[in-house]
Amino acid sequence: MSLPTNYLAPSGREEPWRFTPLNRLAGLLDTSVELASTNSLYASALPAGVSIEIKKSSDLGPISSTTDEATLRVRQAAQEVTHVVIAENAEVSERIVLKRNTADGQPEATRVLETAEANSHSTLIIENAGNAILAEDIEFSLATGSTLNLICLQEWGPKTVHLGRQHAVIGKDATFNSTVVTIGGSVVRLLPTVEYSGPGSSAELSGLYFATDGQHLEHRMHVDHNVPNAKSRVNYKGALAGDKARTVWIGDVYIRAAAEGTDTYELNRNLLLTDGARADSVPNLEIETGEIVGAGHASTTGRFDDEQLFYLESRGIPADVARRLVIRGFFQEIVSKIKDEVIEERLMVQIDGELEKVVS
Amino acid sequence: MSTLEIKNLHVSVTTEAGDKEILRGVDLVIKSGETHAIMGPNGSGKSTLAYSIAGHPKYKITSGSVTLDGADALEMRVDERAKAGLFLAMQYPVEVPGVSVTNFLRTAATAIRGEAPKVRTWVGEVKEAMAALNMDPNFAERSVNEGFSGGEKKRHEILQLELLKPKFAILDETDSGLDVDALRIVSEGVNRIKGSSDLGIMLITHYTRILRYIKPDFVHVFAAGRIVEEGGPELADKLEEKGYAEYITA
Repeated sequence: MSLPTNYLAPSGREEPWRFTPLNRLAGLLDTSVELASTNSLYASALPAGVSIEIKKSSDLGPISSTTDEATLRVRQAAQEVTHVVIAENAEVSERIVLKRNTADGQPEATRVLETAEANSHSTLIIENAGNAILAEDIEFSLATGSTLNLICLQEWGPKTVHLGRQHAVIGKDATFNSTVVTIGGSVVRLLPTVEYSGPGSSAELSGLYFATDGQHLEHRMHVDHNVPNAKSRVNYKGALAGDKARTVWIGDVYIRAAAEGTDTYELNRNLLLTDGARADSVPNLEIETGEIVGAGHASTTGRFDDEQLFYLESRGIPADVARRLVIRGFFQEIVSKIKDEVIEERLMVQIDGELEKVVS
Repeated sequence: MSTLEIKNLHVSVTTEAGDKEILRGVDLVIKSGETHAIMGPNGSGKSTLAYSIAGHPKYKITSGSVTLDGADALEMRVDERAKAGLFLAMQYPVEVPGVSVTNFLRTAATAIRGEAPKVRTWVGEVKEAMAALNMDPNFAERSVNEGFSGGEKKRHEILQLELLKPKFAILDETDSGLDVDALRIVSEGVNRIKGSSDLGIMLITHYTRILRYIKPDFVHVFAAGRIVEEGGPELADKLEEKGYAEYITA
């Protein structure tokens, strides 16, 4: 296999790839495998104030730079980009729903750009299902005063390999709230990343993941505080159960010298439900100015709290129901951000199912 | 008429230095409608007795028996003991984040009663019980014990006692951490439940203060893992006056 000089596939020794099982990526980083250029996300209906257009990549390029090899491959391979636009001042109360349900699982590359114009308010739900081999570059451009809520669900089938970047460029006084849920898939590696283009901006990155037997679920935050008076909150919660269940959470937060008045906090909590599972949790905070409101991080990895289970059981609640209550309770804080009862219950039922797989 | 019978109960806990015996032969019989106060100094094993009866996995029963109407409670799982009619109001009720009080109460009632309570009557039942304990209705939407004050936690325990209607309640230091008003509300709650049912009570306490509100029929002095003296309510008065000194040095 020969490599082109402008693209060097990772060897696994690089910091960003050292946790990832490179031998399970089904060719997504293999230059001898061609990635099909697809627009596999589709909307069956669009609320007023929202438009979707497929454009040529050469006409609408990326709005951010990256060193992530998977994203660079997407940018090489994707001929087109799905461009979602929320019109200026649009108050879109109905949710924008984009779905993907891949059956055949050919290696594919997809680019998406979502532009939230000034003072628009909207909520976008991306629902991923099926068995895909997907490399994806999604960018969000938030103009002044806009609010964009992203809910991104990975309810993949067991064979999926998904390498995705979800990068937001947040403008002055704009707010980006993202909730990422990863339950399915064989290997999922997502990069929820944020940069700011104006002061007074805010990002909240929330997520939950549940890995069982053999799943590798990886989430790598990167929040680049490059403007003054911006805020960020990160809260990811994970559960692991079963042999060789593996999760990785990286939380990189940079506060640059210019970013005075930054307010940031990140949190990752993991529950190891059985032996044989492994959770890596690495928060990183780099601070170049002391003139900030606050910066902190916390990471915990623990087991089922026996005292919680005893308390519930001592009220007559059988052990399996008690475990389900505790797990649902653990994830409730994240799931409740979705604010859609149907989806929330669907996810909770899947979480129950993941738990039952291992406990029974 | 039910009977909770504890016979020659020996209980150990595992420590780094090996097993340590905490209960050294406890004998006690409680019948429906009776209130027994278990009083003793800190570290005498009162809470161990409470948790051992409820089935906490930390405590190892080395000999003796606990029976409820003749049925071996020690053979039952923790949830089965609750279904059989045992209730432990804990000194330190556990926080369960993300599980709302309303969901918790309903799940527990469903388990204890063997069927889900009817929505229409259940809502009223909970509201009424909460009002009787001076609890804010918003309380139902909060996570179980999370961020509750000491008084709220204890009221929440008594709320469960009221809704789950056990045969026997073990109140473990229910008076600890309560101010006078909260103590009165909680005690009134217990007395109300007792007045409307045949509840048997094991009231574990260090202080005689709560006994001014909840009148015991029997008082047992607990020291070094055993009951060392028994009597009527007058024994509590003696403890109030003289403390536990004679039992500790004995």
